[in-house]
Amino acid sequence: MNNIMLELKEISKLYGENQVLNKVSFSVEKGEILCLLGENGAGKSTLMNILFGMPVIHSTGGYAGEILLDGQVVNINTPEKAMELGIGMVHQEFMLIPGFTVAENIKLNREVTKGNPISQVFGKDYRTLDYKTMNRDAREALDKLEIGIDEYAKVEGLPVGYMQFIEIAREIDKKNIRLLVFDEPTAVLTESEADNLIKAMKHLAAQGIAIIFITHRLDEVTACSQHVVILRDGGLVAAKKTSDTNTVELAELMVGRKIEKLVQNEENRNVEKSETIISMKNFKVGMPGEMVKGIDLDIKRGEIIGIGGLAGQGKIGVANGLMGLFPASGEVTLNGEPLVLNAPMASLKKKLAFVSEDRKGVGLLLDEPIDLNIAITAMQVKDDFLKKVVFFNQIDEAKVKRHAEEMVKLFDIRCTGTEQKTRRLSGGNQQKVCLARAITLEPEVLLVSEPTRGIDIGAKKLVLDTLIELNRKKNMTIIMTSSELAELRSICDRIAIVSEGKLVGVLKPDDSDAKYGLYMSGKTDMPGEVL
Amino acid sequence: MKTKTRDLLTKNIVTIVFVILCILGIIASQQPLPFIFKELLTRVGRNTFLVLALIIPVIAGMGLNFGITIGAMAAQIVMIFAISYGATGFGGFMLCMVLSTPIAALFGYLTGVVLNKTIGQEMITSMILGFFANGLYQLLFLFLVGTVLPIGNEMYLIPGGVGVVNTIDLKGNLMYALDDLWSLKVPTVLIIAGAICTALLVWMQMKNKATQTKDQKKASYARIGMGLSLLVVGLVLNFTTNMYRFFDVPMITALFIILIAVFNIAIFKTKMGHDFRTVGQDKHIAHVSGVNVEKRRVLSIVISTVLAAWGQIIFLQNLGTLNTYGSHVQISTFAIAALLIGGASVTKATVGQAVLGVILFHTLFIVSPMAGKNLFGNAQVGEYFRTFIAYGVIGLSLGLHAWKTFAAQQRKDKIDLE
Ligand SMILES: Nc1ncnc2c1ncn2[C@@H]1O[C@H](COP(=O)(O)OP(=O)(O)OP(=O)(O)O)[C@@H](O)[C@H]1O
Ligand SMILES: [Mg+2]
Repeated sequence: MNNIMLELKEISKLYGENQVLNKVSFSVEKGEILCLLGENGAGKSTLMNILFGMPVIHSTGGYAGEILLDGQVVNINTPEKAMELGIGMVHQEFMLIPGFTVAENIKLNREVTKGNPISQVFGKDYRTLDYKTMNRDAREALDKLEIGIDEYAKVEGLPVGYMQFIEIAREIDKKNIRLLVFDEPTAVLTESEADNLIKAMKHLAAQGIAIIFITHRLDEVTACSQHVVILRDGGLVAAKKTSDTNTVELAELMVGRKIEKLVQNEENRNVEKSETIISMKNFKVGMPGEMVKGIDLDIKRGEIIGIGGLAGQGKIGVANGLMGLFPASGEVTLNGEPLVLNAPMASLKKKLAFVSEDRKGVGLLLDEPIDLNIAITAMQVKDDFLKKVVFFNQIDEAKVKRHAEEMVKLFDIRCTGTEQKTRRLSGGNQQKVCLARAITLEPEVLLVSEPTRGIDIGAKKLVLDTLIELNRKKNMTIIMTSSELAELRSICDRIAIVSEGKLVGVLKPDDSDAKYGLYMSGKTDMPGEVL
Repeated sequence: MKTKTRDLLTKNIVTIVFVILCILGIIASQQPLPFIFKELLTRVGRNTFLVLALIIPVIAGMGLNFGITIGAMAAQIVMIFAISYGATGFGGFMLCMVLSTPIAALFGYLTGVVLNKTIGQEMITSMILGFFANGLYQLLFLFLVGTVLPIGNEMYLIPGGVGVVNTIDLKGNLMYALDDLWSLKVPTVLIIAGAICTALLVWMQMKNKATQTKDQKKASYARIGMGLSLLVVGLVLNFTTNMYRFFDVPMITALFIILIAVFNIAIFKTKMGHDFRTVGQDKHIAHVSGVNVEKRRVLSIVISTVLAAWGQIIFLQNLGTLNTYGSHVQISTFAIAALLIGGASVTKATVGQAVLGVILFHTLFIVSPMAGKNLFGNAQVGEYFRTFIAYGVIGLSLGLHAWKTFAAQQRKDKIDLE
């Protein structure tokens, strides 16, 4: 075939002693979408980092193997080189500058400039930025993705779903682009946003741009790709035509064993009669892009309640507001006592724990080991994992380590040991550490936002199973915010749908799809039912 | 609204405290206002340039550049040799400016390269580099000049023929080389400045009229009002009897300062300046987007060092004596303190803050000896006080910076409720 654009030949990579990639070879055709699959830690991001010449690869000893672009061996040792060759990448972690506007981020280091008398003499470094054109280009790129973000807005504080689109808009805006890498772009998107993105990707592919698309959602694979490549533990296990396979086979190839079906919450418990643990009255949260504009909702002890809704409608704001991370107002009681708002420590002390949807911001101490990351909040809030040595509190390292090892087993965190720095973990495994840290607090109420985002299907089951187990065995109340309705419906007792910052209604998991669709768009069929 | 006022207060607390201190100091010193004003005029002309040299590295994420001392050394090396070979007047001054540029650029380059090796510790490194450079500088002037290096005039050598004398009088050669070129009286300057500002602001208001929001409109009119009041004050001073009519403003020096202020603003509208911002915000992302981070960081230090060298020449031509082993030593401390007092921080600094800081810091400098004398019967107390202020404010803001970075890691910054 002479249609081949990119060929990877026997790519291997060692991180210290750890063989992360082992002789991976495959090729990508012009104008196709190729899906790259694999469990958390399989080496997907590493492979793409190699392709993009990321500094982290070259500061850790480089890689072995060859990359061929149009049949020519290329040596991509910096991101600049990759960009020159027309390779673009949407990274798994965000590459946005919070203090800059959306347009400035989209045009990062590709700013449109115009000449002035000084630049005539001293060169192009002195050309002035042409904000008008930059903003216009940014608008165009955003419009292509059908996303209504204001190009003048600062990125700081925008919801994560938006950030993803800004990154994608940046790649779309590059004119010389020939090969695009998307590292789990849909993990932070709602289903409808993901559909939008896939549409945009198909549109790009039709223009002859090759796309490598990493995802953990298998239905997306069949929806858009021509080929699938599967990695397991750094090795290539299969490269197939998408039309020759199906999601079940793909899942098995990824994990290397049969996958049980996702848990189903079949009991259909009626929680309405249980006592109220959290009661919100006219609850408002000032989270930019996810404003909550007055919600009344009672949460019952021992239930798993889901919070769903479209992106930007405020579902994310609820948990962030309860945890005091964004300014909130209104009346909230916990166990009948008023909850002090706007004070994260107060919320933690009242036995609320939170897994944020924002992995990066409230996430991990990246330069500390896994075990400390898991234990640290419990140490601060409950003086757990401490021992008295003479008069001083010392970290009980043995206990910290023992506990971390349990958690590593429970969530199947792929690491070289509990002393590994979290920076060195794959994205999905970092997410698992966040979860472990929250449940270590043994909270009365656990708030989880997007708990399975970026987690592979095998581990997803583990996470959801664990949530159910915590709920049933320890009677932990769980508030789960998620963009994946299917996930909410599989484990929640009730699902509150939020639209335009207000509660539309509370649904049962077995309510019809049509009803869910209606509620998500902010309407109810029976007005009387609004709580 | 209430939280807004509170926010405004907490954000500008340092500046507010110093405004209050200055007012109290002026009252306690019992000095006539025109005297303080005259002193201040001189000191602002002398020091502002040096403070402006600090801005670019702050925006480029390298913190407060204690290395401007090194730029000052470059200036002094050139000046001492130039004077000994007979440089005088404006020609001599410009010669010093031109010759110090490549030397300061080289020093800045070397500083920048070292700072790239010590990412995250730029401030302490630049401070230590300053000490180290000072050692070399002393070696040069104490031992090499007169033995290995020739000097134009034996008069500048320590008796015995080795080493340069401690103080060099600039009278008759470079003193006021710039200041005396052209000066105008204070009222005239106010009238001209007021007229220009008003005209400019009115023109801008006309241009932006269509796209303005209500708040912008208000701000714009407020600014026009300020321009007008400058004009009015100038007119009043001009046609009444007062001391201010006799004070000179060195126009060319002022022009130099304005030029460099404009440069500091304009640079951030260019590709280069935007890169500085990008690098300052996030080195990793800048790198991944293809910005040559190391080059940009070095460049920001080079610019800063060259500006510092020029600033030191302007400083010395006004002061009139060059203290060979002392003139450069404290300039970084004082410039940085002034910038911080103006409300800047380790990661944010503007031209306005620099100018305001210079005014506040030097008002305090002027009044504190007299205030000390009146309050405690001892002028020395005032002297101690101002040194204490300079170091105190630097220590405080470095501490605050460390605390803020730490806190930011612990949890996301809160965002104001609208
Ligand atoms: N900077 C690093 N230093 C050392 N090891 C690393 C580093 N980055 C990643 N690793 C290791 O490399 C392996 C592969 O990680 P990679 O990020 O490529 O996984 P992934 O397939 O992208 O997973 P995910 O789906 O969770 O994003 C992991 O075991 C991880 O621990
Ligand atoms: Mg990854």
